[in-house]
Amino acid sequence: MDKIKFDTKSLDLFYGDFQALKSINIKICENEVTAFIGPSGCGKSTFLRCLNRMNDLIDSVKMKGEIIFDDKDINGDIDVINLRTRVGMVFQKPNPFPMSIYENIAYGPKCQGLKDKTQLDTLVKESLTKAALWEEVKDRLNKSALGLSGGQQQRLCIARTIAMNPEVILMDEPTSALDPIATAKIEDLMSSLKKDYTIIIVTHSMQQAGRISDKTAFFLMGEIVEFDETPKIFTNPNDKRTEDYITGRFG
Amino acid sequence: MKSEHKNAIVADKIATVILYCIAGFFLLLLAGFTAYIIVKGIMAYQPGIFSFERTGIGVELFNTVYLVLISLIISVPIGVGAGIYMAEYAKAGKVTNYLRICIETLSSLPSIVIGLFGYLVFIYMTGSKYNLFAGALAVSILSLPLLTTVTEDAIRAVPSIYKEGSLAVGATHWQTIVQICLPVATPRIITGVILAAGRGFGEAAALLYTAGMSSNVNLNIWNPFDPMSLLCPFRPGDTLALHIWALKTESMTPNADQIANFSAAVLLVLIFAFSLGSRLLGARLDRKMSGK
Repeated sequence: MDKIKFDTKSLDLFYGDFQALKSINIKICENEVTAFIGPSGCGKSTFLRCLNRMNDLIDSVKMKGEIIFDDKDINGDIDVINLRTRVGMVFQKPNPFPMSIYENIAYGPKCQGLKDKTQLDTLVKESLTKAALWEEVKDRLNKSALGLSGGQQQRLCIARTIAMNPEVILMDEPTSALDPIATAKIEDLMSSLKKDYTIIIVTHSMQQAGRISDKTAFFLMGEIVEFDETPKIFTNPNDKRTEDYITGRFG
Repeated sequence: MKSEHKNAIVADKIATVILYCIAGFFLLLLAGFTAYIIVKGIMAYQPGIFSFERTGIGVELFNTVYLVLISLIISVPIGVGAGIYMAEYAKAGKVTNYLRICIETLSSLPSIVIGLFGYLVFIYMTGSKYNLFAGALAVSILSLPLLTTVTEDAIRAVPSIYKEGSLAVGATHWQTIVQICLPVATPRIITGVILAAGRGFGEAAALLYTAGMSSNVNLNIWNPFDPMSLLCPFRPGDTLALHIWALKTESMTPNADQIANFSAAVLLVLIFAFSLGSRLLGARLDRKMSGK
């Protein structure tokens, strides 16, 4: 039995009066890639953003239910900053900060109080290496990160997340703004990262979910219709609605 | 169908021409005014006009720069702080709405009202004489709403993906504001500071009864705590704008008009130099961040 990283129990989420998530129950295992698929507005990104409390930024959000992460409900009395260092996030649009490549990676650790230059240097190199970006940027670490290509920027954002040494990496459609070659690089990266991290990815591309994930959850209208091993979901789903979506009959 | 298309193209052309005309008109107006002031100023030039004696405008020039600097030192931290509060901390609701009305009202108060308020509070109630510091405070009140609004807009305009990225690596709200939002917003905030300084440079009414209409300094005293020293902020001091007004209305000096004309030109150059300097600084920061 794999170790469970996130255990969500009957989670409801409301934006004002609108219920965006309905009784979500899902157990996400360690060192696996879990994919969330489903049509736009089905709540998959909203759920992803629950896992590092990114929804805190929206005033009107209210939640019921529990998300257990390491024996604690993350909606309860926990240290949000600590949670976010352990559960990193990569966004849909590459969002490097308007500073140098080096500073982008060092930003998170510095915010946590790491000042030692040698340690920071090592960390920056390690993170960029793990994100398969080191060779491309090692001679321009002090140049602005905004000069990188879209794909490089996204790998930089992954490196920035890795620099915090998180346990989980959340990815919200990380390749939807990238060309196919850059997408392939990020996908390769994900499979190499999964031995060290638990990865949860929201994707619009079913091929992508099929290629990279171990398990897949199908979201529809704020509910999880089906959650199972990825091959099972794609070849022999239990629910008619999953099959319709997979085969492209709607969505 | 065809003729409708043609009409649209004609309308487009007409609109373009009209807009260019309006822009051109204002450009001409501005160029005309500037040229008039500068030319008259240059014609009024006489040796020794920059001297710090009674016949020169050295003291007034110094007072102007000094007063604007003091007022910026006071108003920028408060205005930027208030702007950050409005953009990042204020929750939508009655209190915030009330605050917003206050800021808007303050920004539309006539400056003479602020001058009289300044006289009452900074001069009369403290029992002091007219002084530069009180003038700087009055100008600060004038520029605070502007700085607050500009900062709030600038912080709000920071793309939310930057903020989210920062929070997602475990930065606190405050770290995000200081290290991500403020640097990104700085070029726009600088625009606000230029406008605020512009008010200070050109202000007259708010200074009449706060900074006073005359200067009396002894150039041999350099102790900034001595009220006769040029460097003392707690001494009466008239700025260029006020000096021009005084020269034009009640001066007994025979060449008052000429000094006033020259002062106007100097003031214009001063404001221009300050704006240009700040803009260059802003552009440099912008370039540094965008990595070009």
